[in-house]
Amino acid sequence: MGRAHAQAEHGAVDVIRGVVRFVDERSGTAPFLKKALRYVFPDNWSFLLGEVALYSFVILVGTGIYLTLFFEPSTASTYYTGTYAPLHGHEMSVAYRSAVDLSFKVRAGLLMRQTHHWAADVFIAAIVLHMLRIFFTGAFRKPRDLTYYIGVTMLLLALLEGYLGYSLVDDLLSGMGLAIGYSVAMSIPFFGANLAALIWGGPFPGKPEFWSRMFVAHVFLLPVLIGTLLALHLFLVAARHHTQFRESRRTTEKTVVGIPAFPGYAPRSLALFCSVAAVLFLLGGLVQINPIWLWGPYHISQGTNGAQPDWYLGWLIGALRLVPNFDVTIGNYTLIPNPFWGGALFPLIVFAILYLTPSLERRFTGEYGFHHLLDRPRDAAWRTALGAALFAWVFVIFLAGASDRVFVSFGVSYQAQIWVYRVLVFALPVAALVVTRRWCLALQESDRIHRRRELAEAEARGELPQAE
Amino acid sequence: MSGDREEGAQLNALKRWAIAAGVLLLGRKRRRPLVAEPERLVEAGQPDPRAEWLVLALLLGAACAAAGFIAVYSFNHLEHQTQYLGLALGLAFALLGAALGVIGKRLVDDEEHEEEYPLPRHPEAEEEIAQLVQESGDRFTRKRLLLAGGGTAVGALGAALVVPALSLGPFLDTDPFYETPWRRGRRLVDEAGKPFLLDEIETETFYTAYADRASKEELGSPLVVVRFEPSQLHLPSQRRDWAPGGVVAYSKICTHAGCAVALYRKPTFPPVEPGPALVCPCHYSTFDPTRGGNVIFGPAGRPLPQLPLYVDPSGALRARGNFSGPVGPSWWGVRMRKPSTGPST
Repeated sequence: MGRAHAQAEHGAVDVIRGVVRFVDERSGTAPFLKKALRYVFPDNWSFLLGEVALYSFVILVGTGIYLTLFFEPSTASTYYTGTYAPLHGHEMSVAYRSAVDLSFKVRAGLLMRQTHHWAADVFIAAIVLHMLRIFFTGAFRKPRDLTYYIGVTMLLLALLEGYLGYSLVDDLLSGMGLAIGYSVAMSIPFFGANLAALIWGGPFPGKPEFWSRMFVAHVFLLPVLIGTLLALHLFLVAARHHTQFRESRRTTEKTVVGIPAFPGYAPRSLALFCSVAAVLFLLGGLVQINPIWLWGPYHISQGTNGAQPDWYLGWLIGALRLVPNFDVTIGNYTLIPNPFWGGALFPLIVFAILYLTPSLERRFTGEYGFHHLLDRPRDAAWRTALGAALFAWVFVIFLAGASDRVFVSFGVSYQAQIWVYRVLVFALPVAALVVTRRWCLALQESDRIHRRRELAEAEARGELPQAE
Repeated sequence: MSGDREEGAQLNALKRWAIAAGVLLLGRKRRRPLVAEPERLVEAGQPDPRAEWLVLALLLGAACAAAGFIAVYSFNHLEHQTQYLGLALGLAFALLGAALGVIGKRLVDDEEHEEEYPLPRHPEAEEEIAQLVQESGDRFTRKRLLLAGGGTAVGALGAALVVPALSLGPFLDTDPFYETPWRRGRRLVDEAGKPFLLDEIETETFYTAYADRASKEELGSPLVVVRFEPSQLHLPSQRRDWAPGGVVAYSKICTHAGCAVALYRKPTFPPVEPGPALVCPCHYSTFDPTRGGNVIFGPAGRPLPQLPLYVDPSGALRARGNFSGPVGPSWWGVRMRKPSTGPST
C-alpha cells in the first residue's frame, strides 16, 4: 500500500467524521445512530417477506408518481384516434384513452404501467405471506400485537388501493369491478343505498366527480395512510426488536442474536431491494399484465365472459359466486340483498378474526406474558390448526372465484363446480383443522422421541446430559 | 450585599472552570494513546481480492445495463422497446443486487452479535406520567360534569366537521335509484339509434337495445331483447300482452351485482343445460327469459325486470310502460316501489 493510498483513506475517514459531526451537531442523534447501526437482525428467510412488501411499496410509489404525470382521471367522452388501430373511432372516456396512450405513446410508459401493476400484485402477496408467517409463528403476541394490528390494517388498505387502481383505468374489467363494488355498497343493510349515493354521487355509474374521488384516494389519501402506518409499523418493530426462533443456547427471551444492521445486514437488505426491483421491472417489461386495449372501454351494457380481477380480489368474487340465490325479505320488503353475504360480510368476518386473534389467543391460553421467541407451527397445535382451517376456508373460496375461467378454458360444468365448492367450503376447513392438529401433535411426538434418543445415546457414551 | 454575593459567585465559577480545564487537559493526555490505537468495533477479517474483482465486474455490468436502458429509450420506433427497457432495467438492478450480495457475504463482517431485548416496561416513568395527569386534574371539582361537557363539545364539533361530506351525494334521496328513462311509447333503438322493427328480430339470438333519446350510460336504459315462438313463452298471466310476436325485453343490468347480462345460453351452451337462459358473466346469475326473467341459478335474489312492449303501426317496438321492478342491484326496501320515469327524459 503506497503512501498516497493511505492518505486517501485518511481523507475518506475525515469526510465521514465531518458528515457525522455535521449531523450530530444539528440533530444530536449520534448516540441513536450508533445504536441503530448495531441493531441486530435475526437471520431467517421468512423474515424477508415483510421487507419484500416494503420494497414493492417503494417501487409502487415510484412508478405510480410517473403514471400520474400522464393519466387523466376524467369521464369526459372522446373518440379514439391514437396509434392502436383496433380501437379507432371507438367512443371512450378520457381516462381510458389516456391509459391507452400512456401505454403506446409515452416511451417507457407501458413498462412503468405494467411494473406498477405487477408491483401491486407482489405487494399484496408479500403482505399476505408475511402475515401467515406472523400468524403461524405466534409473532403477534405481546409486545407485538399493536404492530400486528397495524399490519392487518395495511393489508385492508392495500386491497382497497389495488381495487381503486385498476378501477381508475375505465376499461371493461374496471367497469365490471366497479359495478360489483357498487352493488356490495348498495347491499349494506339499512343505509347501503345512501352510502352508494354518497360515494358515487348518485346511481351507478355515478357523477363525473366520482373519478376525481377515486383518483385522489388512489394517488394521495391511501398511499399517505399506508406510508404513515408503514412508518409506525417499522418504528414499533425496531422499538421492541425482532422476534427470533429458538436456534441455539444464545437465543433466549432476554437476548436477541443476529447480524448488525451495519455493516453485515445493510448490503443484504439493499441486495433484496435490488432483487425485488429487478424482478418487478423484468415482469413489467417481459410479462404482459392487464392489456387494457384488449378489454376495450367500459360501457354499462357490456360484459365479457371469463373475466378475472387481480388475484387478491379472487376471494371476494368466489364468495359472491357461492352464495345461493336469496335476498332476506319480509314479505315484499328487501332487508338484505344478496351481495352483502359474499362481498361485505365474508371479508368482515375474515378481518374480524384477524384483528381478534391476539386477544382471543390470550383469552383461551391464559398466556399474557411477553414473547420474543417464536413458536414453530407445531409447538402451538391449536393455533396452527385453527389458522390452517381459516386459510383453507378463504383459499377454497378464492379458488371458486376462478370457476368461470375453469368453465371457459376447460369446459368443466360451472354449476357442478359451484356445488362442489359449496360443499368444500364447509368440509375443507374441518378437514384442515383435524389433519393439521394431528400433524402438529405427531411432529411434537417425534421431537420428543428424537430428544430421548439423543439423551440415551449421550448416556451410553458416558456423557452427562447437559443442563437445559 | 448583592455585590459581595456576585463576587463570590464569580469566584466559584472561576474555580469550576479551572477544575474542568484541568480534568480536560489531564484526560487528553491520558487518552492520547487510545486515539492512536482505538479498540476495533468491527471484527478484523482477511481481504478477499477475488470477491472485490467480482463486485467490480458486477457493478460495471450494472452500469452497462443501465446505459443500455438509456440507449434503448433513446431509439424511437424500436420494435419490442418495452421488453428491452424492462430487460435492461431489470438486469441493472439484478447485477447491482448481486454486487451488494457479494459484499454482504464476503467483504464485510457478517458475524452474529448478541443484544439485550429492550426493557419490557419502565414502571417509574409510567407511574410518574399517571401521577402527573392525576395531579394536574386536582383543581377540578366537577370532573364528570366537565368531562361530559368536553365530550359533548368535541362530539358536536366532530359532527359539524363531518356534515359537509353529505354534499358528496344525495344522501337521503334514494328516488333516483328507482328512475329509468322508459315510459309508454318510448322506442327501442340499437347502438346507432336505429329503431328495432319486429320483423327484423330473429329467434336463437339476442339483441341489446336502448331507450330512444336517452343516455346509454344509465342503468335503466339497456335491454336484452330475445324472440321466442309464442308457444315457448310462459309469462305470468298479467304480462300476457307484454311480448308482441314472442319478443321479450328485460333490463340488461343484473339484479345481483350490476354487471351487464351479456351471455345468452342458446345455442352455444352444451345441451345438458336446460332451455334458453340469460347469464351474467360476473357471477353467472342465470335468468329464464321465457318465464318473466326468474332466477334459475346463481346468486341473484330477484328476477330481471321485464319491460312491456307493443308494436307501433310502423312495425317498431315501443315500451308499453316502465319495468316490472326496479333496475340493477338491490338495496334495502328495493321491492317496495315500482320504477318511475326519470325527470330528465
